[in-house]
Amino acid sequence: MKFTEEHEWLRVEGDLVVVGITTHAAEQLGDVVFVELPEEGSTVSKDDEVVVIESVKAASDILAPLDGEIVEVNSPLADEPSKVNDDPEGEAWFFKMKIEDLSALDDYMDEAAYKKFIG
Amino acid sequence: MDELKRTPLHDLHVELGAKMVPFAGYEMPVQYKLGVLKEHLHTREKAGLFDVSHMGQVILSGESVEQIAQALESLVPVNIAGLAENRQRYGFFTNDAGGIEDDLMIANRGDHLFVVVNAACKTQDMALMRAGLEPKGVTPRLLGDRALLALQGPAAEDALAALNPAVREMRFMDVATVELCGAECWISRSGYTGEDGFEISVPEDKAVELARVLLAQEAVEPIGLGARDSLRLEAGLCLYGHDIDATTTPVEAALTWAIQKIRRTGGAREGGFPGAAKILAEFDTGASRARVGLRPEGRAPMREGVEIFAQEEGGAPIGRVTSGGFGPTTGTPIAMGYVDIDHAAPGTKLFGEVRGKRLAVEVAEMPFVTQTYKR
Repeated sequence: MKFTEEHEWLRVEGDLVVVGITTHAAEQLGDVVFVELPEEGSTVSKDDEVVVIESVKAASDILAPLDGEIVEVNSPLADEPSKVNDDPEGEAWFFKMKIEDLSALDDYMDEAAYKKFIG
Repeated sequence: MDELKRTPLHDLHVELGAKMVPFAGYEMPVQYKLGVLKEHLHTREKAGLFDVSHMGQVILSGESVEQIAQALESLVPVNIAGLAENRQRYGFFTNDAGGIEDDLMIANRGDHLFVVVNAACKTQDMALMRAGLEPKGVTPRLLGDRALLALQGPAAEDALAALNPAVREMRFMDVATVELCGAECWISRSGYTGEDGFEISVPEDKAVELARVLLAQEAVEPIGLGARDSLRLEAGLCLYGHDIDATTTPVEAALTWAIQKIRRTGGAREGGFPGAAKILAEFDTGASRARVGLRPEGRAPMREGVEIFAQEEGGAPIGRVTSGGFGPTTGTPIAMGYVDIDHAAPGTKLFGEVRGKRLAVEVAEMPFVTQTYKR
């Protein structure tokens, strides 16, 4: 598992990268009440705003961590946004993306580095 | 930036695991361990304890309560002279343009009036009252030695009656002096959540003890400003500086109910407050815009600043959201805001622009939840 400074986790699954937000991020956001997912099949560039999540407090954007294609989204989340609080690093993944070169993940933090990052 | 002030309950908040944030010059708890959503639901189901000590507690003293009330009527378009002893009433300070300078609660405590004003407006309100009341022989005094707690929710009466059963006799908007934890407390049966409940002014050196005794009860949880905001929004109540301000008139703000007939055109004490000509004229002509409830049809919250349109495409905005978010009790997004009067009827279909997309929203009756005041 890799981590971004935007508090996303990235998990390699075959030739796909699964993306979600960390437990730390979910705790900071508070109760999530709305999730808007990207369209399956859309091509995205690194740092594009691809997911909108709103908690009781505020709206935040989830950025595409890499260039690639969104091949699958976790549609049930839109009806049950609270799953983001219940199981952020498991059931509440946002999307799976196909990327050209998985080695691009190497630039991101591993778990130990992320733990240090969030202090 | 001035250093943030702390209420007498500050250390207790920290001990209870509160997340502290700056609010109106104070360091205040935005939420505790339960989180905003559960704190909100707990208040509607049982009872929530709020620290609202940042608000301004002001005693107005003079020769007699009649004279004080009469003086305050020159600043507030409300029937204060007719406010019975041990009763409380909602009101607001108006300005010459007919706008609202702040909203406040006014209580008749026998030989004086006790008013509670918003934290962010304290300094300005004191200046306004000194200028307007001192020439009439009335002295406003901002209290610095009392905390203010709100206990809200269906279990609030039982929780407070456990300390002193006298509070059971109080009805909505009654005020009384009641001894709690050996301290003289000034209690009103009111609040800002849409629930039955109490606001308790307590000497600051007894505030922590009182809060602890209340929190020790099974039904009572500490509740932060986050849930206070979603509770008052569901109850359709205005937040000063957002839903009402110096540019909104009481008629636009749908607060005409707070201006009793005696202060309106043809009443025995008609006008005589700042902006009276404009405000009373608006009673007859109507305002060009109105504060309304808004129910987004989808799941996306429409927050403060979202522009409202009559059509799905094109056209200029016909309104704006002034408070909005997710209603934990309604289970849906809810909002309030101002729209042009032609679009203000409940049931009108409008569109709110969120992240560049126009999403359907319907003008709705407020409150969004049923108020449970003990009348």
